[in-house]
Amino acid sequence: MLYFILRRFGVMLLTALALTFIVFYLTNLPPNLEKLAKSEASARMTDEDVASWIEKNGYATPVLRRYGEWLGVMPGWTMLQEDGTTRGRCIAVGSDPAAAPRFCGLVQGTWGKSTVFKEPVQKILGRGLSQTAWLMLAVMLVMVPTSLLLGVLSGMREGSKLDRVLSTIAIASTATPEYVSGVILVALFASATAGLSPILADWGWISGKTLFQGTATSAMDDITFWNFALPVATIALYGIGYIARMTRASMTEVMTQQYIRTARLKGVAFRDVILRHALRNALIAPFTVIMLQFPWLLNGVVIVETLFNYKGFGWTLVQAAGNNDIELLLGCSVVAVLVVLVTQLMSDIGYVFLNPRIRLS
Amino acid sequence: MTDQPWDPSKPILEIENLSISFFTRLREIPAVMDFSCTVMAGESMGLVGESGCGKSTVALAVMRDLGKNGKIVGGSIRFKGRDLTHMSEEELRHLRGSEIAMIYQEPMASLNPAMKIGAQLAEVPMIHQGMSKDEAWKLARQIVADVRLPDPDRILNAYPHQLSGGQQQRIVIAMALMSKPALLILDEPTTALDVTVEAGIVDLVKDLGHKYGTSMLFISHNLGLILDVCDRLCVMYSGEAVETGNVREVFDKMRHPYTQALFRSIPLPGADKNSHPLVAIPGNFPLPHERPQGCNFGPRCDYFQDGRCNAAEVAMSTVPGNDRHESRCLKWQEIDWDAPVKAKIAKEKTPIGRVVLKMADLKKYYSVSGGSFGSGSKKVVKANETLSFEAREGETLAIVGESGCGKSTFAKVLMGLETATSGSIMLFDENVQSTPIQKRNVDTVSSVQMVFQNPFDTLNPSMNVGRQIIRALEIFKQGKSDEERHARMLELLDLVKLPRAFAERMPRQLSGGQKQRVGIARAFAGGAKVVVADEPVSALDVSVQAAVTDLLMDIQRENKTTLLFISHDLSIVRYLSDRVMVMYLGHVVEMGTTDQVFQPPYHPYTEALLSAVPIADTKVIRKRIVLEGDIPSAVNPPPGCPFQTRCRWKSQVPNGLCDREMPPVQTLEGGHQIKCHLSADVLATMEPVIKTAAE
Amino acid sequence: MGEKLSWGMILLSMAQQFLPVWIALVATYLLSIRYKRRLGLYGKLFDSPVGMIGFGIVMFWVFTAIFADLIITHDPLGQLSGLKNAVPGSALKAPKEGDYLHYLLGGDHLARDVFSRMVMGARRVLAIAPAATAFAFMVGVTLGLPAGYFGGKLDTTLSFFANLVLAFPVILLFYLLVTPEIRVTGIPTYLAAVLFIFPVIFFCTLFNSRFFTNPPKRNLYVGVTLLIGLWAYSGLAFNADPLGVWSMDPNLLNVFVSVVFVNSPTVFRIVRGIVMDLKARDYVAAGQTRGEGPWYIMLWEILPNARGPLIVDFCLRIGYTTILLGTLGFFGLGVSPESPDWGSTIDDGRKLLSIFPHPALAPALALMSLVLGLNLLADGLREESLKD
Repeated sequence: MLYFILRRFGVMLLTALALTFIVFYLTNLPPNLEKLAKSEASARMTDEDVASWIEKNGYATPVLRRYGEWLGVMPGWTMLQEDGTTRGRCIAVGSDPAAAPRFCGLVQGTWGKSTVFKEPVQKILGRGLSQTAWLMLAVMLVMVPTSLLLGVLSGMREGSKLDRVLSTIAIASTATPEYVSGVILVALFASATAGLSPILADWGWISGKTLFQGTATSAMDDITFWNFALPVATIALYGIGYIARMTRASMTEVMTQQYIRTARLKGVAFRDVILRHALRNALIAPFTVIMLQFPWLLNGVVIVETLFNYKGFGWTLVQAAGNNDIELLLGCSVVAVLVVLVTQLMSDIGYVFLNPRIRLS
Repeated sequence: MTDQPWDPSKPILEIENLSISFFTRLREIPAVMDFSCTVMAGESMGLVGESGCGKSTVALAVMRDLGKNGKIVGGSIRFKGRDLTHMSEEELRHLRGSEIAMIYQEPMASLNPAMKIGAQLAEVPMIHQGMSKDEAWKLARQIVADVRLPDPDRILNAYPHQLSGGQQQRIVIAMALMSKPALLILDEPTTALDVTVEAGIVDLVKDLGHKYGTSMLFISHNLGLILDVCDRLCVMYSGEAVETGNVREVFDKMRHPYTQALFRSIPLPGADKNSHPLVAIPGNFPLPHERPQGCNFGPRCDYFQDGRCNAAEVAMSTVPGNDRHESRCLKWQEIDWDAPVKAKIAKEKTPIGRVVLKMADLKKYYSVSGGSFGSGSKKVVKANETLSFEAREGETLAIVGESGCGKSTFAKVLMGLETATSGSIMLFDENVQSTPIQKRNVDTVSSVQMVFQNPFDTLNPSMNVGRQIIRALEIFKQGKSDEERHARMLELLDLVKLPRAFAERMPRQLSGGQKQRVGIARAFAGGAKVVVADEPVSALDVSVQAAVTDLLMDIQRENKTTLLFISHDLSIVRYLSDRVMVMYLGHVVEMGTTDQVFQPPYHPYTEALLSAVPIADTKVIRKRIVLEGDIPSAVNPPPGCPFQTRCRWKSQVPNGLCDREMPPVQTLEGGHQIKCHLSADVLATMEPVIKTAAE
Repeated sequence: MGEKLSWGMILLSMAQQFLPVWIALVATYLLSIRYKRRLGLYGKLFDSPVGMIGFGIVMFWVFTAIFADLIITHDPLGQLSGLKNAVPGSALKAPKEGDYLHYLLGGDHLARDVFSRMVMGARRVLAIAPAATAFAFMVGVTLGLPAGYFGGKLDTTLSFFANLVLAFPVILLFYLLVTPEIRVTGIPTYLAAVLFIFPVIFFCTLFNSRFFTNPPKRNLYVGVTLLIGLWAYSGLAFNADPLGVWSMDPNLLNVFVSVVFVNSPTVFRIVRGIVMDLKARDYVAAGQTRGEGPWYIMLWEILPNARGPLIVDFCLRIGYTTILLGTLGFFGLGVSPESPDWGSTIDDGRKLLSIFPHPALAPALALMSLVLGLNLLADGLREESLKD
């Protein structure tokens, strides 16, 4: 077991390295650096100026070396300037070069500085992540129970009316990506000119112009049902359909198994057949799916935070990518990749623990 | 349970004119028609028939578990006088598991993989008797001991996958007995198990039946097994009961042509491929919606009379005598039941020619990583150990053994799908031992071919029959043009006695036997000289088995093919093979001519194997030797003799030699080889396992 | 100057505009139901109500894409004064001779006709999504077959790379892969060079493994495949088609390649799983014992029997690709700003969403219905293929 976890961990580390390198490479392409130079120094630089700026800021070294510096496994670059002072990756402006550490990278906790927000990357990410954590928490609380219930109910009697209705709902929800459901939900519940709100306002049932708020900016300070429901519903909706269908498939498969018949013919009541015999076996597969949903949730988070203007992690990522903020984008990628890999690891280990067939062999 | 007063002299189960149909979107498919039978208290009733005859449907109907599409459309099922067909779900629930219990074919599948054995057993009395958890577990422990499982405490805390197949089936039996039901339904309970394990289960079922006085409904396709277990039987054909009565009476004095044909198509001792060939039932089993008018068996019956047998539905009629013997035949009084089988022309024995295949000291080891998490250690599975034999032209060599004995590995090595670890394989004086199939030349490949076990798997489902045969011809470089190959393909269809129109059919339109014939045609496409048949008929119904076996024999005779017949079924091996090789855990434990192997002296394993095979003949007396335990895993073979863990002769060998040393191969007279420590004197004292009673 | 239309009139006029689509749909259904017993799995689809509805929706959009020129009422890029954010049914302020008199679904923030843009958007989506999915399948199948069949190191390596791509959050990958900067470096072209060669490899192996016993036939098939394949390849990947028939706009190529790249690892995993299951079948062993090469067994013995789940997944994946394309449009990645594709139209519309929802709503509903149709179709196909 320990060997298994260690090996999985090793593969994970290798994956993380490969992924961060790819991101590093793609964000540090020559055109990106050129753009960075122009935005940092001056927009009207000549090509030579750009080249010398790149050279001076340590971007001219081979990409692998820069990756190593960024990671913190290679010493940061230093350069003797014409005025006799030493500049370097790890040397803060105006400080003593001799006192500066040799290594400064991810490993040492130096994530760089955002060029857009003019703040350290860690600080921005910390703020964004804490906002997003609330959103994720709410989504999980809504999505997981709803989808499992939906899936189990429709899978326990395959082909019944209930199954047909619930399956159609699940299919419809998987067919609605966040940017579509978000638009529809806003149009229905948060538009002053269309949907429910004008009617409700006419009847005097709501005091404001709209039932829900179309942005979640205010939720960053104070989460209320009215400003948070739509973003949460938008993300959850897409996931619900997917997980529910997985659960249904797994449940219908379990229900055709011999041991379910054995239980039934032992005289176990239908409710207990479901609860005691079917459920545990049927939830093994969806568990993995829920865990592997994280990359997708991340997608949803980015879309929804952009759509509802909620300044969390996803919004930060869009800002970083849209403004060529290399250090911030790298930071975002590290977080995203880590989230995905850790959930994968958890899903693998959890699967093993849920399934006695694997655990005890 | 609030039992209504019920008179124990009345039948426990009374099925009357039961009809069951399945409803699909297109049509109603009748599965069982006008079925009646009665089971008295303590009696065991056998239901026999080929697949699709409706025997399992009857069992499920008794449990009222026919699924969404199945409906009882007529008749009644009375259990202790109460009609099950009109019971509510709630009433049924109280009956299921407590009064009627069921045992299934696949023990692994019928146990919940995520629940401990103990919890699954204890559930039964907790539901039905409202027993407390502790008490229920205590009872479970007692019943587990009752089904003769060692170390009940460990077993109760295990998960199903930690037990072997035989142990799982014992647990399923224990589960059925938890609340001492009045009726036990067993649906092919041993089909998925090895013969020697099956023998143990059958004994257990019989004993427990007597001990608890339980009535049984025993469903099987195996007539021998029915004879072993049941008091009465009911033969089913195409949804109808065709004959019912006392087991011995039906076996000895059958009064329905189908029962007779069934007995003639199974290889009983005394049948021989040359002098007394089997008689296959002509034609095919009718599909449920294509049943003929009148007698269902009519079109395949030797005694068929046009205008009479196909005029109207045939009813059951009583055969005089006092043991409720009935037959669904209009002509049973007119047929001369004792007339000898219309002698099929006895065929000439194929002359045995030169040696075509010679294996010497063949070894095949696999290395597997230990455990699914790869704890790093590699283990070696010795699938084949020092295998040496010769096979001659025109000869049938049977390779007998149970699962894990290495017979499939041997086939793979011979075919070149795997390369041997050491040793040599000489094929027509050419050493092919270390030549994988990609490197063999076309002639070698086409001269060694294989017939596979599972008819539903042997043909590519998305390619028509003709194409598949033509592809083999192309690969074997037969024929110069597409036209020539097409013509040759049609000839091959003729050879396996299939209509030429089948060339255009897709495999799913064929029955199991027909698919197997196509498989044979494909194997012979390149004029194969050596054919490995891996259990070619074990998945087929008995009546089809005979026809396919005969076909193989005929082609062999014509082409002087060497046939390596891999099987676990000793009856069929005795019927068709010239020489037999018995394998156990990768070792050849006995080898000799068919007569030598089937007569003493035996290897102790062969002795047990012979005694375990049920024989459907009332005149045969078998010595019962039931082996303890299961076949050891090939990953962890026992030290010394591989068979020592289960051998009943072990005490006859001095000094615990069996525990320590691999026995040598003893060659007895006539080249009969036995790999055993037993001295020649002890071997000579062995008695035959099978004796035919004097009539 | 005309009247503003009521909702009933809007629906009626739209139905009228879609007339060619209705005719084509009715014809398809009549023919298909008539001959459904002879049409295999496609025919069986007409036994399943779910599948029929799904197929109907999908074909509606397919025919819309085909007849888009007949259906649109205005130039999807044309801006008419006075119709900025106009509500559905608004009449044109100054109609010229021959102009359609209304903006059926209103105008967007640049005063363009929402209805025509939605219809034209269907054409864009349906031109890219199925093709990109097909390429992803070629890549996934060509790599998944040997990975599943041979296992071992090859499988470990390929699976590692597949998991690598799958571990990327899609949006991040798009932000990295679909940028003007990356186009400058030529990375999309290299990716295209790798990804687009797979169909050529696939078909050559397919024919070679089958016909190598008959060299003239083999040479013919493989030759034709190579000729057409490499011709198209040169044009699509390198824009170097000497005849100028095959070409792809760099923007489009970037989007296309990225979508294929994101989709193929999933296909790879599916194919690999099916192959691992099917390779234990006796007919595979039968092929091996008669000395067939591994590629024949993979392509002709295993692949045809995997077609059921693959067809189902193909339908689902077109839907998924449509969603991906929408996501790209939504973030304004890789598409020209004028483009009427659904994702970017939603993006344009969302800024004024709570005041004028209609410009975003129309493409949103269109996209949803297409994906829903594909999902229902896949569901119907799955159900029917299991009934065999």
